[in-house]
Amino acid sequence: MAHTHSSLWLAALILVPLVGALLAALTRKTEGRAYLVAVAAASVELALSLVVALLYNPHFSGAATFDFYSRHVLAAPFGLAYDVGVDGISLLMVVLTSLVLLLALLGSRDRRREPAFVAWLLLLTSFTMGSFVAHDLLEFFIFFELTLIPCYFIISQWGGRERSRAALKFFIYTFAGSAFLLIGILYLGFLHQHQAQGDLTFAYGTLSSTVMSHGTAVWLFVAFAIAFGVKAPIWPLHTWSPLTYAEAPTAGSIEMSALLAKLGTYGLLRFAVGLFPLALATMRPVIMTLAVVGILYGSLLACVTPDLKRLVAFSSLAQMGFITLGLMSGSKIATVGAVLLMFNHGVITVGFFLIIGFIEQRRGSILVRDFTGLQGPAPVMAALFTVVMLASIGLPGLSGFVSEYLILIGTFATHAWWAVVASIGVVAAALYLLWAYQRVFHGRAEGANATLPDATSRERWVLVPVVVLIVALGVFPKPVLDRISPSVQQLIEHVAPSGVSK
Amino acid sequence: MAHVATLILLFPLVGFLFMMLNGRHMTEKQVGVVGTGVVSASFVVSAISFVLLLHQSSREVTVKLFDWLSVGTLHVPAALLVDPLSVTMCLFVTGISALIHLYSIGYMHGERDFRKFFIYLNLFVFSMLVLVLANNLVLTFVGWEGVGLCSYWLVSFYFDRDSAASAGKKAFIYNRVGDLGLLIAMFLLFSRTHTLTYLGVFSHAGTLTPIVATLTVLALLLAASGKSAQIPLFNWLPDAMEGPTPVSALIHAATMVTAGVYLLVRMSPVLAMSSSGRMTIAVIGGVTAFVAATIATSQKDIKKVLAFSTVSQIGYMVLAVGVGAYSAAIFLMISHAFFKALLFLGSGSVIHSLNGEQDMRLMGGLRKYLPLTFPTFLIGWLTISGIPPFAGFWSKGDVLTNVFEHNKALWVLGVLTAILTAYYMSRLFILTFRGTERFRELNDGRDPHESPWVMTAPLVVLAGLSVVGGVLDLPWIHHDSIAGFLEPTFGYVAAVHASTLAQYGLGAVDVAAAVIGLLAAFSIWRNVSSSPRFESTFLEHVWRWDDLYDASIGRPLTRVAQFSDDVVEPRIIDGAVTGVAVGVRRSGEGLRKVQSGFVRHYALATVLGVAVIVIYLVARVG
Repeated sequence: MAHTHSSLWLAALILVPLVGALLAALTRKTEGRAYLVAVAAASVELALSLVVALLYNPHFSGAATFDFYSRHVLAAPFGLAYDVGVDGISLLMVVLTSLVLLLALLGSRDRRREPAFVAWLLLLTSFTMGSFVAHDLLEFFIFFELTLIPCYFIISQWGGRERSRAALKFFIYTFAGSAFLLIGILYLGFLHQHQAQGDLTFAYGTLSSTVMSHGTAVWLFVAFAIAFGVKAPIWPLHTWSPLTYAEAPTAGSIEMSALLAKLGTYGLLRFAVGLFPLALATMRPVIMTLAVVGILYGSLLACVTPDLKRLVAFSSLAQMGFITLGLMSGSKIATVGAVLLMFNHGVITVGFFLIIGFIEQRRGSILVRDFTGLQGPAPVMAALFTVVMLASIGLPGLSGFVSEYLILIGTFATHAWWAVVASIGVVAAALYLLWAYQRVFHGRAEGANATLPDATSRERWVLVPVVVLIVALGVFPKPVLDRISPSVQQLIEHVAPSGVSK
Repeated sequence: MAHVATLILLFPLVGFLFMMLNGRHMTEKQVGVVGTGVVSASFVVSAISFVLLLHQSSREVTVKLFDWLSVGTLHVPAALLVDPLSVTMCLFVTGISALIHLYSIGYMHGERDFRKFFIYLNLFVFSMLVLVLANNLVLTFVGWEGVGLCSYWLVSFYFDRDSAASAGKKAFIYNRVGDLGLLIAMFLLFSRTHTLTYLGVFSHAGTLTPIVATLTVLALLLAASGKSAQIPLFNWLPDAMEGPTPVSALIHAATMVTAGVYLLVRMSPVLAMSSSGRMTIAVIGGVTAFVAATIATSQKDIKKVLAFSTVSQIGYMVLAVGVGAYSAAIFLMISHAFFKALLFLGSGSVIHSLNGEQDMRLMGGLRKYLPLTFPTFLIGWLTISGIPPFAGFWSKGDVLTNVFEHNKALWVLGVLTAILTAYYMSRLFILTFRGTERFRELNDGRDPHESPWVMTAPLVVLAGLSVVGGVLDLPWIHHDSIAGFLEPTFGYVAAVHASTLAQYGLGAVDVAAAVIGLLAAFSIWRNVSSSPRFESTFLEHVWRWDDLYDASIGRPLTRVAQFSDDVVEPRIIDGAVTGVAVGVRRSGEGLRKVQSGFVRHYALATVLGVAVIVIYLVARVG
C-alpha cells in the first residue's frame, strides 16, 4: 500500500465539478458567465483526469491493481463509507467522464449559457465520477442514483417536444431497475455481516469474499444485472433509450449515451461479474444471448428508424451488445476489448451526437427523409461524419475496430457460436450507417439542403479531439491496453474458478 | 533491407497525407505530379527490394515496425513480410498504379474534386500495399478493408448521382459480407494456433484438424469471393463501374479485385490441409468464370462487358488456386493486370472521345478517329482472347494445363469459357471500332478526338507489356521464371508433369477455342449496320442474380425490420413498461402537474427509503 498515490486526486475529481456547479448556479442568467465557469471547471477536470491517468500505477502492491486508494468510514452502523480508488478499468471511465463533459459543453450551442443547464451538467459529471471511483457498494449506489436527478431535469426542461414523456419514462425505468440493485446490495452486505460477525460494511474488496450458495449468487446477479441492464441498455430493457436520446438536448444525449450507459456495463463487470462468480456458469449464456440478440435487433431497427438520433440509439444498443458480450465471455482478450469499447463507443457517440446536433441546429430536424446531398454544400461536415461512422463500423485502423476485434476473437475462444452470430453485427453496422449516409449526404442537394452552411471553425475544432482519439486509438492503442490488461487479468483470475479463462 | 521495404509503404502514405493536409491551394498539375510521383517512387523502391531479395540467402524477411495489438496471448505487430510473393505483388501493383495515376491526370482534368480523387487513389495504393506486405492476417485485414473503403469512395465519386451512391454502398456491403469470412478464418486459426502471423500459422498448419482446416478454407473462400467478385458475391462489381474509368482499371480490374486470389495463394499451407476445401475453390472459380462469361456476351455497356470479363478472368485465377497451381494464378493475375488495365483505359479513352457515352449501340467505326487507342486496344483484345504470342495465351494456358491434370470436367468448362471470352471481346471490339458510325448525335456532329498524351502513353506501355508479358513464365523456362521465384513460398505445390506433347496439344486446344470464339463473333456481328441486335434479357440482367437476392434476403429482412419497428418494439417490448408508466400517470394525475416536484420528492424518498431499510436490517440482523 505504500506506493499508492494520494486519494486527494480523486476527491478533487469529484469536487471540481461540484464547486463548478455551485459557482455556475450563483451567476445571473443574463451574464453568460455560467458557461465560462463550466468550461473552466471542465478543463480543470480533464487535466486532473489526465494526470491521474499518467500517474496511475497498476503494480503498486502485488496482485491488487487499485491505485489512489483510501477508505474512511462515515457512519459505521449503516456501513456508510467514503471509499475510493481506481484501477485500469475505472481509470478509462474517469478520463471519458471528464472528456465527455468538456466536449458536451463546447459542442452544444443550444441554451448553453443558462446557469441551470450547465450546473446540472456539472453535477451529473460529479456524480458519475463518484460512481466510477467508488470502491464501496453503498457509496456506488448513492452516486449511481444521484445521476438520475440531473438527467431528469436536463431532459424535462431542455428537451424536445415529447420531453416530459421521455423524462418520466427514463426516470421510472431506471428507478425501477435501481430498486433491484439496492435490495441486492443490502442483502449482500447483511449476508457478509452475518458471516463475519463484524461491522456492517459494503467495501468492495471485503464483500467479494462473501460465501454464498449458487442459488443466492444467481439471484443477486440477476438483481444487479437488471439495474445495469436498464442503464446500458441491454436488450430487452432498452425501450427508454431511443425516445430519451431523441428528445434530450444534444448535451443530454451525449452524457447519457456516451457516458451514463457505461455505468451499466461498468457495473455489470465490476459488481455483477466481480462479486458473484458462482452465478456465471448459469448466467453467462443467458446474458451473452441477450447481448447477441441486442446486436442483431439494434442493427435491424437502426436500418428502418426514421430519425438520426434514434439511429444512434439503436446503433448504441448493438454496440452495448458487443460490450456486454465481451464482458461476459470470461476471456481476457474479449474483456479488455469490451472495456476499450466502452471508451471508444463513448468518443464515437460524442462525435455522432455533436454532428447531428449541428445539423439539427441548422434545419430544426433530425429526420433522415428531410435531408439529401449534404456532402455538396457541407463537405467538411460530411467528412467528419464519415470518420465517426467508419470508426463505428469498425474499420481497421480506427478505434472501433481494435475493441470490436478483441471482443470477437476473445469470445470465439470461449463461446464460438456467440462470436460468429455477433460478427453478423459487423456487416449490419456497415449496412445501416452507409445507408443513412447515402440518404443524408449523397444525392443532389435541393432547397434548404443546397444552402446548408458547412461546419464552422468552432464546430470543426470541437470535433478535432474526437477524430484524433479515433485515429490514435486505432493505430496505437498500446498505452491504453497496457493499463487495462493487468486489472482485467486480476478480475478474471478472481472469477476464474467458475469460468473459462483464456 | 528493412528500411527499403518500409519506403514502399511510406511514399503513398506521405502523398496521401500531404495532399489531404495542405493540398487546398495546389493546382491540378501539382496534385497530379505529387500523386503520380509518390507511386512511381514506390515502384522504384519495390524494384530495389526485388533485386535485393534475389541476392538474399533467406527470402523471408520480417520487418517489425511497432506493437499494434497486444493483449494476453494475442500479439499482433505492425510488421511486414518481404518475400518473393509480396515483392512480386508490390512490383505489379505499384507499376500499374503509377501508369493509371498518370492516365488520371488527363482523364480527370477539370473535375470538381480532382484533388480528392488523387487523395483517394494514393490512400488506395497505400492500403493495397499494406494488404500484400503485412506479415499477419490482422494487418492484411487493415489493407483489405482499406482498399474496400477507397473503392466505396471512388465508386460513389459522383455522389450526387443516385446510381453511383448506391453502387458504392453495394460494393462495400458485399465486401463486408466477405470480410465476415476473413474474420471467422482468423478466429478459427487463432483459437487453434494461437498466432496470426503467416509464418506462425504455417508452422502450425499441420496441427489443424481436417474439419477446422476445411472450415477455415471455406471462410477464406467467402472472403475471397467478396473481394474478388466470385459467386455468390460477384454482382457488386458490374455496379462498381459507376466509378470513373481509371478507378475501374486500377481497383476493379488490376489490383484490388485480385486481393482475394492473393489471400488464397498466401494461405496455401492452410489450403494444403483440406482437399475438399480446395475442390470447392476450384468449382467456385470454374463456375464463376463460365457464368460471368455468358453474362458478358449480352451487355450493352462497354464497361459492363469488361467488368464481367474481369469476374470471369478472376474465376480462372481462383480455379488455378483450387487445383494448387499457385504460380499460374499469380502469372494470370499479373498478365491480366496488364491487358485488363489496357482494355479499361482504352475504353476510357473511347468514352472520353464520345463525351462520356458508354453504350456500345451508340459507338462503331471509331478506329479511324483514335489512332493510338485503336491499335493498343486491338492488342488488348487479342491478348485476352488467347491468341499467341501475347501474354494471355501463356498465362491462361498455364492455368488450363494445370486444371487438365486435375479435373477434366473443370478443364472443359475452362475451354468453353475461353471460347466465350474470345466471342464477347470480339463483339465488343466490332461494336466499338468497326461497322457504321452510330455516335453522330452524341458529339453534335463533331468527330471524336484522340486523348492527350498522359492518357495514351500508359496505353502504349500496357500494350507493350501485354505483348511481351508471356516471358514471365514461358513453359520451357519454367524454373527460371516467376514460377521458380515464387514456388518456395507455397507450402503445397501441384506437381504438373504434363509431357511436352500434351502441352502442345493443350496449347492447340486453347488456340482453337480462341479462333472459334473470334469467328463466331465475326460471323454474327459482320452485318451489323444501324441497330445491333442484343441478346436475352436473362443474360443481360446477370442471370437475375440481384432479383434473387432481393427476393430472398433484401425484402424479407426489410419486412422483419419494419415489423420490429411497428409492432415488436412499441407494442411487445415497450408494452409492459408503458403499461406501468400509464398506470403511474393515472394514479398520480395530481403528481403530473408538478412533475419536477414529483422527482424531487422521489429523490428525497430514495434517501429516506435507504435509511429506513438500513435501520430495519441493522435492527434485525444486529
